[in-house]
Amino acid sequence: MNRFAPTELLIAALARQVRGLGHVAVGNASPIPGAAALLARALSGDAMVVSILGSQRHNPYTDGGRELFDCAGQGRLDAFFLGGGEIDGQANVNLVAVGERQAPQARFPGSFGSAYLYFVVPKVILFREEHSRRVLVPRVAFVSAPGCSAKGIHRTGGPAALVTGRCVFAFDRARGRFRLDSIHPGHDRAEIEAETGFEFDCLPEPAATEPPSDAELALIRGRVAGELAETYPRFAARTWNRAA
Amino acid sequence: MVTWIDIDAMAARIPDGTRLAVPADYSGVAMAATRALIARGARGLRLVTVPTSGMQADLLVGAGAVAEIETAGVTLGEHGLAPRFSAAAKAGRVDIRDATCPAIHAGLQAAEKGVPFMPLRGLIGSDLLAVRSDWHIIGNPFAGGALETGDDPIVLLPAIRPDVALFHARWADRSGNVWIGRRRELATMAHAAATTLVTVEERYDGDLLADETMAAGTLPALYVGAVAVAERGAWPLALPGAYAADDGEIARYAAAARTEPGFADYLAGTPRRAA
Repeated sequence: MNRFAPTELLIAALARQVRGLGHVAVGNASPIPGAAALLARALSGDAMVVSILGSQRHNPYTDGGRELFDCAGQGRLDAFFLGGGEIDGQANVNLVAVGERQAPQARFPGSFGSAYLYFVVPKVILFREEHSRRVLVPRVAFVSAPGCSAKGIHRTGGPAALVTGRCVFAFDRARGRFRLDSIHPGHDRAEIEAETGFEFDCLPEPAATEPPSDAELALIRGRVAGELAETYPRFAARTWNRAA
Repeated sequence: MVTWIDIDAMAARIPDGTRLAVPADYSGVAMAATRALIARGARGLRLVTVPTSGMQADLLVGAGAVAEIETAGVTLGEHGLAPRFSAAAKAGRVDIRDATCPAIHAGLQAAEKGVPFMPLRGLIGSDLLAVRSDWHIIGNPFAGGALETGDDPIVLLPAIRPDVALFHARWADRSGNVWIGRRRELATMAHAAATTLVTVEERYDGDLLADETMAAGTLPALYVGAVAVAERGAWPLALPGAYAADDGEIARYAAAARTEPGFADYLAGTPRRAA
């Protein structure tokens, strides 16, 4: 039996992406990024400011829904996690729909804050557990938020990495391409190539994604699980058998 | 003077075709009033979600009450996609005006200032601009270039002026001052809307503006048209600080609303008031 669940590996891998940062925010329907931010905060000795959308206790804002975005616009927010119905090789993200606009084949919830935060948050970490050609496509059907911008467009932020259920990609903004950085235990490069709909660069020997340490696992299952259960009771119950 | 009415009278104050602003699930959603609105057979609502919605928008869309929805996202959160919203989108039954969270906040802020538009960073290169013909790009006039061709392009968003803002809160006092705590987007919504209708858990015994501690979190009655008492009025959603969401009930809805007959059965079998 494995020492940790795949979900716990993802939490630790995402937490590493935001290590050392001062202010990290988590958006809608993001229990795994939420757990990662809470883990990173615990590991920082509570030096990191974390805001979890929908949380009362893990959310410092007092000026309403606008405050997160106003913070970001001023450069006060260092990192944000973002998902995607579709993500392509240029890190364009689609959270709206697939198919014809008036009668789409699939309708996703909507763009949320992506069309703004992707531009002004220095480190946006893309996360989508499903790593398949359905999600990682050659070209998104609708650009909720573009991965790269032309020169002259105000852009102080953008994608830094993409973490999936199989691997970690880093994003090279100058080249507008992903590079396979590390592969999760139990997965391999051939499988990742087969399941990815876009071309990407690859290190000659991509590393294995670092597993969570015993100390990280203890934090994830203890403090982090308890903190997360306030906002994501079903996820916490399913993952750690934990009530809110 | 604010009038105290019941929730059926409140639903009657939201006529067909109203541009109706409603808050996100974390702010206090007037679910009892929403059921009253569906019961009165509301049609043609132009919903503005501030900035997102969940079961409330899904119920209203499923019941055929919505002609147009301006939103940054509709989702049932841990319970998955909003099934009636998705079905209506695929069938092209509702005009979806896709937005992004800060664009909705900014549009309301323009309205509360009485100015016609607000600039917002980001957006350029997003297909949202292609589907929002009411959003415009100009050159930043303070950057030195021409308005049409300036070096620093920025998007302008029109003010969002709802006819009615509708939400649920913990307390209102006799005069109609409403305690909203730190949920300041409720104040923004109310400032921007022509009038605001509020359901509350209970009437506050005293003057909310007389106590500095309470006044800091209070929306003054000058924005409020009417108040109705609806105990557990956000059910099955949460009222932050007062009660949690009824997870089992939302799960029951999410399962039922997967199909149109299931949704109809759910509507017919759900009590108007919280259990």
